[in-house]
Amino acid sequence: MSTLLEVSGVSVTFDGFRAINNLSVQFAEAELRAIIGPNGAGKTTFMDIVTGKTKPDEGRVIWGEKNLSLLGMSESEIALQGIGRKFQKPTVFEDQTVRQNLAMALKNPRSPLAVLLHKKTKSNAERIEAIAEQIGLTDSLTRIAGELSHGQKQWLEIGMLLAQDPRLLLVDEPAAGMTVEEREKTTDILREAAKTRAVVVVEHDMEFVRRLDCKVTVLHEGSVLAEGSLEHVTSNQRVIDVYLGRSHA
Amino acid sequence: MQRSFIAQNPSVLWFLLALSLFTLGVTILSEAFGSGLISTSFVKTLGKTLCLCLIAVAMDVVWGYCGILSLGHFAFFGLGGYAVGMWLMYARTEALIIESLASQPIPPTPQEISDAIGNQIFGVVGSSEFPLIWAFADSLFLQLLMVVLVPGLLALVFGWLAFRSRVTGVYLSILTQAMTLALSLYLFQNDSGLRGNNGLSGLQNIPGFEQTGQATLSIVFFWASAFALGVGYLFFAWVVSGKMGSVIKGIRDNEARVRFLGYHVESYKLFVFTITAVVSAIAGALYYPQAGIINPGEIAPIASIYLAVWVAIGGRGRLYGAVIGAAFVSLLSSWFTGGGAPDIPLGFYTIQWTDWWLVLLGLSFVAVTLFFPKGIGGLFDYVFRKPS
Ligand SMILES: Nc1ncnc2c1ncn2[C@@H]1O[C@H](COP(=O)(O)OP(=O)(O)OP(=O)(O)O)[C@@H](O)[C@H]1O
Ligand SMILES: [Mg+2]
Repeated sequence: MSTLLEVSGVSVTFDGFRAINNLSVQFAEAELRAIIGPNGAGKTTFMDIVTGKTKPDEGRVIWGEKNLSLLGMSESEIALQGIGRKFQKPTVFEDQTVRQNLAMALKNPRSPLAVLLHKKTKSNAERIEAIAEQIGLTDSLTRIAGELSHGQKQWLEIGMLLAQDPRLLLVDEPAAGMTVEEREKTTDILREAAKTRAVVVVEHDMEFVRRLDCKVTVLHEGSVLAEGSLEHVTSNQRVIDVYLGRSHA
Repeated sequence: MQRSFIAQNPSVLWFLLALSLFTLGVTILSEAFGSGLISTSFVKTLGKTLCLCLIAVAMDVVWGYCGILSLGHFAFFGLGGYAVGMWLMYARTEALIIESLASQPIPPTPQEISDAIGNQIFGVVGSSEFPLIWAFADSLFLQLLMVVLVPGLLALVFGWLAFRSRVTGVYLSILTQAMTLALSLYLFQNDSGLRGNNGLSGLQNIPGFEQTGQATLSIVFFWASAFALGVGYLFFAWVVSGKMGSVIKGIRDNEARVRFLGYHVESYKLFVFTITAVVSAIAGALYYPQAGIINPGEIAPIASIYLAVWVAIGGRGRLYGAVIGAAFVSLLSSWFTGGGAPDIPLGFYTIQWTDWWLVLLGLSFVAVTLFFPKGIGGLFDYVFRKPS
C-alpha cells in the first residue's frame, strides 16, 4: 500500500518542554490505525502538527502521492488537502441545527462568494441524509446541536468529518464519555469509514482499541515506543511498564 | 428562492411592513405632505434615526453574527458623510459665487471662480488652495462613488492587516478604536484638507433644489433613509441566512473549528468587515445632509462605543434587535440630553439629565449585559415561539 502521510523526525518544544521528540510515523492509504499512550504522550500535539495548528521546530510532514509538505500550509489549506479532524472535546456548532452543521462541513466550494451564493441542492440534501443515517442522527436533523447528548455530539462531529470527504481522518478520543453501546456503534462507524479512507484514532480505552482490530502505535514522551498488532505491543515490556502497568494497576 | 427566503425569515417581512407603515405615518403627519403634526426638525430627527438604525444593523452583522467587536464603524459612517458633504459644499458654494460674480461687468474666468470657491471654503483654515482630495468634489457621481470606495478601501486594508495577523477579541477592538481615534485626530488638523475642526457645514442645502423648502427636503431624505434601511435590512438578512450565516456564526462561536473544516476564516471576516463598513458609510452619507454639519468630533472613538451599546441593548444576533436598540436609545438620548426630561430636585442635589443620562445609559448597559443578554429583542422570544 502506498504511503498517504509520512511524519519524520518531528520535534516540538513548549517553553523548553519537549512534547514531541524526533517522532517518525507513517500511514497508508485506507488504513485504520489506533494510537495509544499515557496522558501527555503527545497524541493530541501530533494531530495539531499534522493539521497545521502547531508548527514543529524541526522535521518533515509529507502528504500524498505528490509528496507535498504540509508544514507551510494554513489550517484551512491542509483541510482542503483532505485531512479532517475530530477534537478531543466534542466541538460542534451548538447554536445551529444538525443539518446546518453537516451542510457546513459538506465538501463544496469554500470561498466567501461561493458560500454567499450557495443554493440548496437535492444532491447535497441526499448526502446529508446519507451521513445522518450513517451516524444515527436521521431523526435529529432539525434539532439544535446544543441539545444533543454527549455521545450524539461526538457522532455529529464524526459525521462532519465524513461530510468533508477527507482522505485522512484524525479522530481524538471519540469514545470518551460514551456508554458501552455507544462505543460499539462508534467502532462500527469508524471501521466503515476506514474502508475507503485512512482513519487514525487516538483512544485510551483498550477494549475499544481491541474492537477496532487494527495496527496500533504506542506513543510515549513524544516518540513511538512500539508499533504492530495489539498483541504485539501489549506484550512489549516497555509498553507494559510505561502505559499498561499504570492504567491496569 | 426569494420566496423561500422570506418564508424562512418571516421577521423580515414584518420588519419591512412596520417600516413602510412608519414611513407612511410620518409622511401624512409631516408639514410638507400632511397635517404638520410632526415638525420639520422632528422629521429630520426621525430620518437621522433611521440612518443610525442602518449602521446598527451593520454593526449587528459584524459583531452579533460574526463575533468581531468592531469599535470603529462610526469612522466609516463619518467618512461617508464627509464624502457626500464635499460635493454638497462645493456645488453650493460654486452656485453662490457664480451668482455674485454674474453682476460684474467683465465675466469671471474659470480660474477666478475656482479661486473664489477655494477662498470661501478654506478661508476658515487660512487657505484658499484646493487640496488634492477635493479633486472630484465638483462631480456628484464621483463623490457618491467615494462614499463607497474610500471607507470600503480603508476597511479592506485595515481588516486585511488585522485579520491576517490573527488579531482577535479585545485586541481587535482596541485596534479599531485606535483607527477611529487616528482618523478623527487627523481630521481635526487645519491642513487635513477638510477644514479641521470646522468640518463641513450647510449640508442641509441641496444644490439644484434652492427653491425647495426644508420641509419637503426633510421628508425626501426621510424616505431615502427609510428606503436605505429597508434595502440594507433585506440584504443583511439574506447574507446572514443560509450557508453564509452558518459559517460566520461558526466563526463567532469557534473560529478554529471553522478553519479545520477548510474555510479561510480571514477572508470571511474581511468580507463581513468590509461590506458592513460600506453600508455604514452609506448610512452616514444619508445622515449628514439631514444633520446639516459634520465635524471630526462625530468620528470620536466614543461614537463607535455607543453603537455597540445600542446593539447590545437591542439584542445582538437579531437584526430587528439592532434596529430597536438604535432607535430606542438614540431617541431617548436626544430627549434626555436635549432637556426633554424634567430635572429631579432632591433638595440637597438636583439631578440634571443632561449630565446624568450617560450614567443611566451606562447602568442600563451593565444591567442588560448581566441580566438580559438577549436585550430588548429577546422579549420577542416570549411573544412568538420560534418555529425551528
Ligand atoms: N500549547 C501548549 N503549550 C504548552 N504545553 C503544551 C501545549 N500543548 C500541549 N502541551 C504539553 O505537551 C504534552 C503533550 O500533550 P498532548 O495534549 O499532546 O498529550 P496527549 O497525549 O494528547 O494526552 P491526553 O491523553 O491527556 O490527551 C503535555 O505535557 C502538555 O502539557
Ligand atoms: Mg490528547
